[in-house]
Amino acid sequence: MGVGIQVDKLNAWFGKTQALQEINMTVAANHATAVIGPSGCGKSTFVRCLNRMHETIPEARATGRVRIGDMDVYNGSSATHIRRRIGMVFQKPNPFPTMSIYDNVAAGLKLNGFRDRKRLDEIVERSLTYAALFTEVKDTMHKKSGASLSGGQQQRLCIARALAVEPQVLLMDEPCSALDPISTGKIEELIFQLKERFTIVIVTHNMQQASRVAEFTGFFLLGKLIEFDKTEKIFTNPSDKRTEDYITGRFG
Amino acid sequence: MRSRFHQELDELRARLLRMGGLAEQAVDRACQAYIDRDLKRCHMVLEGETQINLVEREIDEMSFDLLAMQQPMAVDLRFILAVSKINADLERVGDQAVNIAERVMDMVELPKVDLPVDIPRMATAVSAMVRRALESFIEGKAELAQAVLEMDNVVDRMKNDAFITLVKAMNERPDITRQALDALLIARNLERVADHATNIAEDVIFWVRGADVRHNAPQQEEPPQTSVSQAATEPH
Repeated sequence: MGVGIQVDKLNAWFGKTQALQEINMTVAANHATAVIGPSGCGKSTFVRCLNRMHETIPEARATGRVRIGDMDVYNGSSATHIRRRIGMVFQKPNPFPTMSIYDNVAAGLKLNGFRDRKRLDEIVERSLTYAALFTEVKDTMHKKSGASLSGGQQQRLCIARALAVEPQVLLMDEPCSALDPISTGKIEELIFQLKERFTIVIVTHNMQQASRVAEFTGFFLLGKLIEFDKTEKIFTNPSDKRTEDYITGRFG
Repeated sequence: MRSRFHQELDELRARLLRMGGLAEQAVDRACQAYIDRDLKRCHMVLEGETQINLVEREIDEMSFDLLAMQQPMAVDLRFILAVSKINADLERVGDQAVNIAERVMDMVELPKVDLPVDIPRMATAVSAMVRRALESFIEGKAELAQAVLEMDNVVDRMKNDAFITLVKAMNERPDITRQALDALLIARNLERVADHATNIAEDVIFWVRGADVRHNAPQQEEPPQTSVSQAATEPH
């Protein structure tokens, strides 16, 4: 099951440049939460702070408190442990090109020393099923490379890979921006189903996508969380003029 | 910036204003035709309906296209939905004007009698409602629209009074039944026009505040603003 995320006074910097300012947000468990905003507003930085990916960039740092369920992300937990509980899918599908489809999904588990072949088979099948890819690749997953799949399939493979380590939260940073409408539709349908098992945070430039898949939406601007509310409220009658101006295309 | 989209919203607004002008003119002409027993004006109302129907379709098509092609959100989405509904109400206002004109044409055929009803007063109140509802749309001001809602009760009372006095007159003087019946139907048509003006005002409030005030629905949340100074129809 997914867990909730509690963010308090989160600040992030790239060197001397502050990218996030005093972000407070409560992400509900087993729901999809969309993060929207113009380029450079800090939305990707925000999600990368949730699993401590932000600190992998030289001179980048973050302060504040992030709790994922009962785990304090910035106090007492190792980055590796955190990333195991928080899966991430990126804008561009990035399967390991030299590995088979099966090995792509099993990679995370094998990296953690998991060797039980029967159990591994079960997890790979379950992960591919969760990612709505199993029926398409079940006959070829041991032979074909992950890179041989179409873009949409590769992205679902990356989702299956993220799910294989049984995370509680799935972060998706513009997961459909490189995909065609059919593949996008499949990913969106998948998000809808995955919510039952995971908590999802999705960064997207596509506001229609946010309105279709997310129950809650946060609007970021210049490193600040301007408005956070139910998605239907944000897209039909936002409280803040800046949110309205952005989603109606009056700036950005 | 979505400047082309916002120019199209301005165009949609201009077309709805034209529609509003035509509907308002039709009601005014029909009421003046009643006062003057003027068949020429009646025919003008009947002929004007074609134009109203044409503009209604144009606005519908444009709204539909904008919804499909631009996927509007927030104030723009509310604006297009409001325009679409106001458009339908204005078309019905035009229909009511035609009904009034037809009643007047019937009355002109009959001997003129003094009826115990002040249709011109009711017409003035109803025209003011339509005008103010359209003004609230032009200005994007919910306060103006709210005032229209409050005027509806006055017109309702006028119609009820007209019913009582005209039915009484018919009972007392059966020879004027047809004229009284025509007047009664005109009073009802005017009351319907007032209802459409009320609907228009409610749609303006929905557009501006995002609040549904139909059927005395309680507002779920505080309105974020009372006007749309930078909203869909303003120059950007």
